[in-house]
Amino acid sequence: MDRRTSLKWVLTAAGTLPLGGLGLMPLSRAADGVRETKPYGTDPKLTEAYRSGDLWPLTFTPAQRQIATVLCDAIIPADATSPSASAVGVVDFIDEWISAPYPRQREDRKIVIEGLAWFDGEASRRFSKPATALSVEQIHRICDDICYLPKVHADFLEAAKFFARFRDLTAGGFYTTPDGRKDLRYVGNVPLPRFDGPPIEVLKKVGLV
Amino acid sequence: MPFVDSEAVTKRNYDVIVVGSGAGGGQMAYTLTMSGARVLMLEAGRKYDPGMETAMFQTPEMAPLRGTSTPDKPFGFYDATVDGGWQVPGEPYVSASEKDGERFEWWRARMLGGRTNHWGRISLRNGAYDFKPRSRDGLGFDWPIAYEDMAPYYDKVEMLVGIYGANDGLENTPDSPSGCLLPPPKPIVSDLLIQKHTAKLGFPTIACHRAVVTQPLDSQNIPAKLHPGNATAQDIIARDMRKRSPCFWATPCGQGCSIRANYQSTTVHIPPALETGKLDILTDAMVAEVILAKDGRASGVRFVDRRTGKSRQVSARVVVLAASAFETVRILLNSRSAQFPQGLANSSGKLGKYLMDTVGSDLSGQIPLLENLPPHNEEGASGGHMYVPWWGYKAQQAGKLSFARGYHIEFNGGRRMPQLGTAAGIEWLTGGSYGAKFKEDARRYYGSMVHFAGRGEMIPNENSYCEIDPQVKDKWGIPVLRFHWKWSDHETRQAAHMQKTFAELIESMGGRLHKPPENDGANAIDPGGSIIHEVGGAIMGDDPHRSVLNKWCQAWDVKNLFLADGSPFPSNADKNPTLTIMANAWRVADHILDRMQRKEL
Repeated sequence: MDRRTSLKWVLTAAGTLPLGGLGLMPLSRAADGVRETKPYGTDPKLTEAYRSGDLWPLTFTPAQRQIATVLCDAIIPADATSPSASAVGVVDFIDEWISAPYPRQREDRKIVIEGLAWFDGEASRRFSKPATALSVEQIHRICDDICYLPKVHADFLEAAKFFARFRDLTAGGFYTTPDGRKDLRYVGNVPLPRFDGPPIEVLKKVGLV
Repeated sequence: MPFVDSEAVTKRNYDVIVVGSGAGGGQMAYTLTMSGARVLMLEAGRKYDPGMETAMFQTPEMAPLRGTSTPDKPFGFYDATVDGGWQVPGEPYVSASEKDGERFEWWRARMLGGRTNHWGRISLRNGAYDFKPRSRDGLGFDWPIAYEDMAPYYDKVEMLVGIYGANDGLENTPDSPSGCLLPPPKPIVSDLLIQKHTAKLGFPTIACHRAVVTQPLDSQNIPAKLHPGNATAQDIIARDMRKRSPCFWATPCGQGCSIRANYQSTTVHIPPALETGKLDILTDAMVAEVILAKDGRASGVRFVDRRTGKSRQVSARVVVLAASAFETVRILLNSRSAQFPQGLANSSGKLGKYLMDTVGSDLSGQIPLLENLPPHNEEGASGGHMYVPWWGYKAQQAGKLSFARGYHIEFNGGRRMPQLGTAAGIEWLTGGSYGAKFKEDARRYYGSMVHFAGRGEMIPNENSYCEIDPQVKDKWGIPVLRFHWKWSDHETRQAAHMQKTFAELIESMGGRLHKPPENDGANAIDPGGSIIHEVGGAIMGDDPHRSVLNKWCQAWDVKNLFLADGSPFPSNADKNPTLTIMANAWRVADHILDRMQRKEL
């Protein structure tokens, strides 16, 4: 296939790419006042780019947002490969998630809001500090008690359920961003002239050569 | 003027009304208009333009909730289906029982192209056994036709649509003549690993057949094979084939394909049919009933214009229903008259009977051999490159299995576009890690999961049927269906066998299971309707007392009424039904054309 053909494909398909995805065209919002929390319906515009808060009002108070940031970054901190969860908008995503008018998200709303309050309270009980003032080591001491449901102490059962859910949401939010995809070394979603199958080093590693 | 309004259609003359625009309706309209018949296609949902509306390259962070499924978009935000799902607002249905295993969930898509905008695109031919199942094991019904009757139409559909696959010469897994299939994509590494281990366990893994164009369609030679002696049709389809681009090995098929590499009715059947100038399409036209004329023929249909709520009638020489299997049944059951108080074409009392779906059960495993692989692109044709056809025909004939019919295995793995669930729920592997260790774990396990799904044959039974609910109506005032559903032991035992097979396979690959396989088939089987392969309800047969249609899918009771979706299927082989729906629709369309030419319709 020649370059012109493949370019034509990209342009054809790119005709439906959202400008908003490039950060050029924010969606219009209601001017002010209280917005209704409505589902996006069975026929939403698919080629628009959506941002947290575009479709329904958000939930987090500034304090909740800060605690969520602490926990998101405890779960996915910055390292040599990629930024932290909060740095790529995961707190905004979780806020969008728990604010959504669907049954599963409504359940998570309760779990997350109560869980954040528990975490802040636990920080105060153990270290006499708000969660936002804890050291990394202090955060880990709490997380170590709630990070693995099958072995959690009965006193921490509810907290561990919250943490499992919050970790899934944080991970989901993170690995669906460009930085998260890069971290996993995902390559794809680009047109190719042909599909070659696995390279020889992959086959060797799996013992198929 | 291809897209028309409800005022215009009442003033025009049509040869054929086709109700529905999916695989059956699309193929029917294509074949009829290519031969010069004037066709009106009625679609209950809205107009849909895959060229302008397809979210092809969109990634999860651009979508609400990272594209996760919601009640509004049950297959995720970017799924090409709009106004569709197991629940459609304002269009209820009723379940006669709320017990587990006795409910049928009805998936519908109210849009041009129907459910062809969302499907796996797996396109397997029924084999010779699949047309004569009762003759082999005494259960269910034989088709009134044989594989040889359908084979020429499978050839044509494969050439028109563009199906990749290979010929492996396996039992009841038909080969295609040379020139029908396109080359299959190369296997990904998990495919090859699965192939190695299925061979160890004694069954084959071969190229899947899917409706994705992997190289340019042969626009030089195919048109003459599709439309011999019809220069106009050949010219139209040759030009259209040159406008379709082959797969560029990116973006999920389920999001739709604006380059027209995969099959949707809206990208393959409808454009050339419109090009003939013989097709009018009216969308937002919800057909309520078929009108019976005094002479015993169908004079046309009554539909509700969804934009105005007004009822209208339109007439034609022939009426074809392809509204999706159970919607077609619903229309007929609602078409009551003095002559047919139990629904049109129902003198046999078999209308609404013998509903079938596909038996489904699945299991996932984590494969240490696939951890930390060097990054490489595994997207390929988006769906499966390989599959396992049913291998147990001889064991069943010898009475060695506790269920009568077969299943095939679909599977997927690979380093796909990360989704919301990619690194979720992995505590069973990580021991609950968080922080730097969690990031390492996510990298390690990404791409190391394989997922197996069994897709098996359900045998029609007397307990799975639908009828009109005496009370409930949809928002258009049209009475709705009430479903009755039961699996037999043949299905539940088959589902348990799937679980056992998948667990053996995962273990053979050195893999780990999150949960043990489900030994109880009643728990292992997915609910009726969840695989979205429903067929039956107006079966064809040789005996007017025991079937609704003759072998031409012509109503025994009404000469100019034909069905062209999954409703005429007397059995539901493990092979996914779409290819057979299309081949059968072409066969029926040829028959209608022949009879119209002979002035018999």
